[in-house]
Amino acid sequence: MFYRNVDEGTVISQEMISEGIFSLWIKNEGAKHAGAGQFVGVYPKGKDTMLMRPISICETKPEENAMRLVYRVAGAGTKEFSELKKGDKVKILANLGNGFPVDEVKGKTIVLMGGGIGIPPMLGTAKALAGEDVHAYLGYRNNDTFLSDEFMQYSKVYIAAEDGSVGVKGNVIDALKATTVLKPDVIMACGPMPMLRAIKNYAAENGITAYISLEERMACGVGACLGCVCKTVNKDEHSHVNNTRICTEGPVFNAEEVDI
Amino acid sequence: MNTKVNIAGVEFKNPVMTASGTFGSGMEYGQFVDLNKLGAVVTKGVSNVPWPGNPTPRVAETYGGMLNAIGLQNPGVDVMIERDLPFLAKYDTKVIVNVCGKTVEDYIEAVERLNETNVDMFEINVSCPNVKEGAIAFGQKADALFDVTKRIKAVSKKPIIMKLSPNVTDITEMAKAAEAAGSDAISLINTLTGMKIDIERRKFVLANKTGGMSGPALKPVAIRMVYQCANAVNIPIIGMGGIATGEDAIEFLMAGATAVAVGAMNFVNPTATVDVIEGIEKYMMRHNISDINEIIGCVK
Repeated sequence: MFYRNVDEGTVISQEMISEGIFSLWIKNEGAKHAGAGQFVGVYPKGKDTMLMRPISICETKPEENAMRLVYRVAGAGTKEFSELKKGDKVKILANLGNGFPVDEVKGKTIVLMGGGIGIPPMLGTAKALAGEDVHAYLGYRNNDTFLSDEFMQYSKVYIAAEDGSVGVKGNVIDALKATTVLKPDVIMACGPMPMLRAIKNYAAENGITAYISLEERMACGVGACLGCVCKTVNKDEHSHVNNTRICTEGPVFNAEEVDI
Repeated sequence: MNTKVNIAGVEFKNPVMTASGTFGSGMEYGQFVDLNKLGAVVTKGVSNVPWPGNPTPRVAETYGGMLNAIGLQNPGVDVMIERDLPFLAKYDTKVIVNVCGKTVEDYIEAVERLNETNVDMFEINVSCPNVKEGAIAFGQKADALFDVTKRIKAVSKKPIIMKLSPNVTDITEMAKAAEAAGSDAISLINTLTGMKIDIERRKFVLANKTGGMSGPALKPVAIRMVYQCANAVNIPIIGMGGIATGEDAIEFLMAGATAVAVGAMNFVNPTATVDVIEGIEKYMMRHNISDINEIIGCVK
């Protein structure tokens, strides 16, 4: 359901789940309206860090108005968030973006792919697809496979690690190729751009529909500033210039529609 | 308590507008604020034909502000007329369309297309630092500014506001050129050209290398330039640059601005525009000011 507001969130809990990666549960109004693959903007309090930080929604507990954000400390803003304690207030621009079209893919063989800090939104997507034929391919640098255990309650899990220390050595595409058990109908993915490019190409070569979640530097998060655009194959209704707003028309796009 | 101000015969219910490029055409922030409360919506810059803008990354945060190099991406004047202006017409607020161009003919074509619409005024963007042709090329030389202003004024059926760049040696020379060429008002300041380097990757943060700086860190520069221009010309000034609160707006008015625009702070606080309006009203009550016009240019 569409929900757009500046929420005052209250921190429920926070823990570090991997080196530099934090899991933050927040109570806020937007939580019960959030869809898989949507994101929020979290505002730092520091005067030198004005802009909201776009962070994907990992999962929600709608009945408790609770939202989980799993993020990597990458700069001053996320460093500040990592110091939030239970009971602290935090300003959140919720909810942003379109999310994954989970209702459209039910009944199909679905592959979810997450790479690095692109893994968290795929957990909520797996949860939204619980009971479906879902296979999650998770790509890590090494054997620090954060969140992978939690996927097991919703889907089959396949691990890829760049250093080969666990699962298939390589990336998520390598892991998919190594497990010839299935040909997916649909891929849904979030991760670094080289991974998303590889998925776009793999999906095109194999006749698979792929939905990929893109990332870009953002200022407003609501479609006003035109900071976060991506090139598109067709002209969209808003821009008319093949430069679509990731925050508003995305972040999830059918891979065929974007020129990445 | 009167908060109405008048610029070139157009009456605004209060002196608070949106700064071009930070508010789309009002639709996006209409989710957060009642557009009826605003003095005016100043649209994102529009050109005669669609412009794709610059490559990404287009935005970067800086200390107390940000850089942008959007490059005036816009869907063109036809889409504005068909989609955005009918949307804005539903609200009881004034509409100022920001017009950009690469050549004088581009500006004139866009203005002529918009002449027959319900737009209240045009703001002419001769100061965007992020596009290579046109725009700022007209805004950094007084004779070029005089010429483009005169030619646009000759065809415009609405009052025009020339938007000035701070990236000049003496902004009063630009203000005087705009006034001499018949501009009805001026707005300032556009963004200050800046740059940010990612020292870990040894790369420019923005794909365009340079970008326009905006946000609270810019405010003292903007106040100074508004003050200088207010003492150099007799046409009204719309002041902008880092306004976040009612107090910031009051400072611009005291420096000589008749109206103000809220820009980058919309991104930081989606209700910034109405917060500024409420802040102005509270200031007026606190200081027993019955008419906002009393304080315009009161600091000499």
